[in-house]
Amino acid sequence: MMSTIIPQIIFFTVLSFFVIGGIGSLLFRKNDVLANRWSSFFAIFGSVIGLFFVALIIINGYDISFSLGTLVLPLFSVSFHIDKLSAFFIFIISLISLFCSVYAIGYVKHFYEKYNIGFLGFFYNMFILGMLLVVSSSNWLLFLIAWEVMSITSYFLVIYDRQDPQNVKAGFLYLIMTHVGTAFIVLAALLLYKFTDSFDFRVIQANSSLIPLSIKNIIFIFAIIGFGTKSGIIPFHIWLPDAHPAAPSHVSALMSGVMIKTGIYMMIRIFLYMIWPVPVWWGLALLILGSISSLMGVLYALTEHDIKRLLAYHSIENIGIILLGLGGALTFLSLNMPTPALLSLTAALFHTLNHATFKSLLFLSAGSIINQTHTRNMEEYGGLIKYMPYTALFFLVGSMAISALPPFNGFFSEWLTFQSLFQGIALLPLYEKLIFILAAGSLAFTGGLALACFVKAFGATFLARPRSAEISHAKESSFSLQVGMGGIALLCLLIGLYSGHIAIFLENIVKDLEVFKNTTSFMSVSGQSIVVEKGFGSVSSLLFFVFFVLVIALVIGVIKFVINRNQKIETGSTWDCGTDLAPRMEITATGFSRSIIMIFRGILRPSIQHDIEYHDAQSRYLPKSRTIIFGLHDVYQSYFYQPLYKMINAISSQTKKIQSGNTNAYILYIFIALIISLLFVLWR
Amino acid sequence: MEITMITNIITWILQLIFVPIMAPLCVGITRKLKAKFQNRKGASIFQPYQDLQKLFGKDEIISKDASWIFRCAPYIVFTVTIVVGASIPLFASSINNTITSDLLVIVYTLAIGTFFLALAGIDTGSAFGGFGSSREMTMSALAEGGFIFSLLTMALISNSTNLFMISQNSLLLQGHFFLSTALAFCGFFIIVLAETARFPFDNPSTHLELTMIHEAMILEYSGKKLALMEWASANKLLIFIAIASNLFFPFGLAQDLSASAIILGIIVFTIKIGIFCLVIAILESSIAKFRFFRLPDLLIIAFILNVIAIILIY
Repeated sequence: MMSTIIPQIIFFTVLSFFVIGGIGSLLFRKNDVLANRWSSFFAIFGSVIGLFFVALIIINGYDISFSLGTLVLPLFSVSFHIDKLSAFFIFIISLISLFCSVYAIGYVKHFYEKYNIGFLGFFYNMFILGMLLVVSSSNWLLFLIAWEVMSITSYFLVIYDRQDPQNVKAGFLYLIMTHVGTAFIVLAALLLYKFTDSFDFRVIQANSSLIPLSIKNIIFIFAIIGFGTKSGIIPFHIWLPDAHPAAPSHVSALMSGVMIKTGIYMMIRIFLYMIWPVPVWWGLALLILGSISSLMGVLYALTEHDIKRLLAYHSIENIGIILLGLGGALTFLSLNMPTPALLSLTAALFHTLNHATFKSLLFLSAGSIINQTHTRNMEEYGGLIKYMPYTALFFLVGSMAISALPPFNGFFSEWLTFQSLFQGIALLPLYEKLIFILAAGSLAFTGGLALACFVKAFGATFLARPRSAEISHAKESSFSLQVGMGGIALLCLLIGLYSGHIAIFLENIVKDLEVFKNTTSFMSVSGQSIVVEKGFGSVSSLLFFVFFVLVIALVIGVIKFVINRNQKIETGSTWDCGTDLAPRMEITATGFSRSIIMIFRGILRPSIQHDIEYHDAQSRYLPKSRTIIFGLHDVYQSYFYQPLYKMINAISSQTKKIQSGNTNAYILYIFIALIISLLFVLWR
Repeated sequence: MEITMITNIITWILQLIFVPIMAPLCVGITRKLKAKFQNRKGASIFQPYQDLQKLFGKDEIISKDASWIFRCAPYIVFTVTIVVGASIPLFASSINNTITSDLLVIVYTLAIGTFFLALAGIDTGSAFGGFGSSREMTMSALAEGGFIFSLLTMALISNSTNLFMISQNSLLLQGHFFLSTALAFCGFFIIVLAETARFPFDNPSTHLELTMIHEAMILEYSGKKLALMEWASANKLLIFIAIASNLFFPFGLAQDLSASAIILGIIVFTIKIGIFCLVIAILESSIAKFRFFRLPDLLIIAFILNVIAIILIY
């Protein structure tokens, strides 16, 4: 009894910290400093206790579930079920919230006396609370409430900087898209209820054999639309590149690093827990969706010169990579090959953790830059490495991690994902094999393009000379921002170095799922190496790092002490072909990626608008100024959302015709409806 | 026991220094052969060593716009080539390296070098460097698919992603694997040319040409740092030749660590390097550089050849 009551108490302590943090900052909203400190400190404490709670659950192997009271409502119950999978997501939420909250102490200062800090603190805490409830609830109705809390609070955070009309517009799009998604989730939940007579996750799991296959397929499609909208799977992603940049940066970090992962969590929960077994095509469909999202996400990121939009598109890319792992797992499992499936799902979870760390690091660094330069446009940056050396270093770490360069963490989850896809190519029959080849191919190209994109992002932001006057006033960000960023940067390296042990740890979490009980593992750790399937592939991050550092030390030592004969190092100016070097001569972010965009112009549909202003509008011989606007043709808007919108509008205006305003007509409608329903009953 | 320890250590030291020692020679041979094709006498094949020695003794000028990225990049780029050079099969296939010899580790470690090289190109704020970086990243992004997939084809045939394990496999040219190996090699050869900045992708012997890629990025370097960059690019050429010759033609590799086997392995490998240098020289003398926007076609061909090769494995 003790063992179950203590985790419960700790869990509610965590929740109550966020509640107190939120309500407290609302109460102190008259005092900006107090409100900010109150909300940040309670969020920090809540996160730390959250981490402690997760450690307790996972180390002791608890599988706790409890309900609060007996309620009058028959279907609704405040019931939680926290198994290792939930604990893992609670871990990610707490971890990222911890660093984001430390960052917020300093970051929020620039909102003082501009907006109400109390509301920011309230929504921030409630947002984290919502996410925690989403991953721990085990009743559909409670889940939907938590889901709405998460969505609504994040909507208010997106429109927090409301003086910019763009942000309000982005928030509105987010609100609509997230509710379209929620509508599909509700439909999926109702379908589950219809066939299993319960909203409780475990009862559904126990009765899942009652659900016919056709209904399962419909549930799958609804879940993909519903949770895919939240996760930003292409083509349901259109809100994401608008909404994530609009929010304050520490919230962007949480939204991009953590919130979109709740969609992934629910996909795992439904597909692998609630309605298992599933047909093969689900996994293949996820693989195709993952391939499209990862490849298109990174291509769109390359076209961006708004630093936060660029990062937001990379979130889409990484969700795609996670889906490749998840899709692989579903395919292997439905073909009755649990061993490679275990590897795939481990890779997916590992990438979820990694993406949470490096993406929040990148968003926090971007926030630190925007705070100093007051613009999100990368074309106006340049040379920031000299003004903000620490931010530059942290951004570099984030860039290397997201581009999957060893020894940072991103590489090892991509390595595992690659290995699991290779297993699929090696083991599966031709039809499935082709889809795995597609997935592995898109992952390979994604890696290369992501590298190009982050050379562009880092180069345009931090290197060369400043391209606007604003830059030379930039100063390094304050201590709390540095702690927030530095903490996650260190984590990116440490997770990378100890990736072997972490992979095994994550595998244990996956093994806790019912479908993986008694599955033999492909993966083992010998020494510091991760080994896949008896030596099919192996890598050791720690030894790689040691080897690399030793060689670099040797090289520097030889150059400095053996070859060096006291040659002078002079400082001069860059070779300028005899002209004065101006910032305009540097390559811009747009120019850097132009060649890739031109190569992929069939998919990206770039557009160029010329505007020429003449000295004399009649003669048109002497142009005064020329403006060229590079843009992309928004394919989703014009081929998917615009027709959909037109269709809905057309149906609505057709329906409007029966609304004549004449009472007699309405009575006629009621009469006809009555007749039809009577006939229907008789016919049944 | 004692003797195996010593041979082990000697093999590892050989493995570590082989690439940086031999790489300038490889560049020298290629240049000499090209000169012969152009009816010139050409410089000695040891000229690249003398160039390096000269550069190491020179003073340096560093742009005032450059940051620590520019200063560190040569060391990182050079180290990457040493680490990769030590992790691939050169003259012996019997070395057991489970740490860094995975094909993806090789690909992504090389990517670290490309990453810092491209950043260093941007860092000085010169237009040449920036455009060089942009082109380099475009090429390397598109080459990544073909690169990973051609190694993957070999990995699937040998049932291991470890390059040493692949080079131990002798099945490659037999029976139904032959076609896959041949296709994968064609794909990989295109990647070799792309990654080592050779014709038709880049012209390694020009400066100040608007189409140049690799030379544009290192334009601002001088003295020791330029020497490191030049040396690193020579190392990269040798690395790709080594992968191409030892994975696709795994003959003559030392199967055990006896002195005779290793010496034989080194001799055979040197001959293979010579053949590859000859092929590259013939190619560079007989074809022109492609227009930049034609290059993606070649790289995508490399990828598609490998997709076909993988489908043919059963």
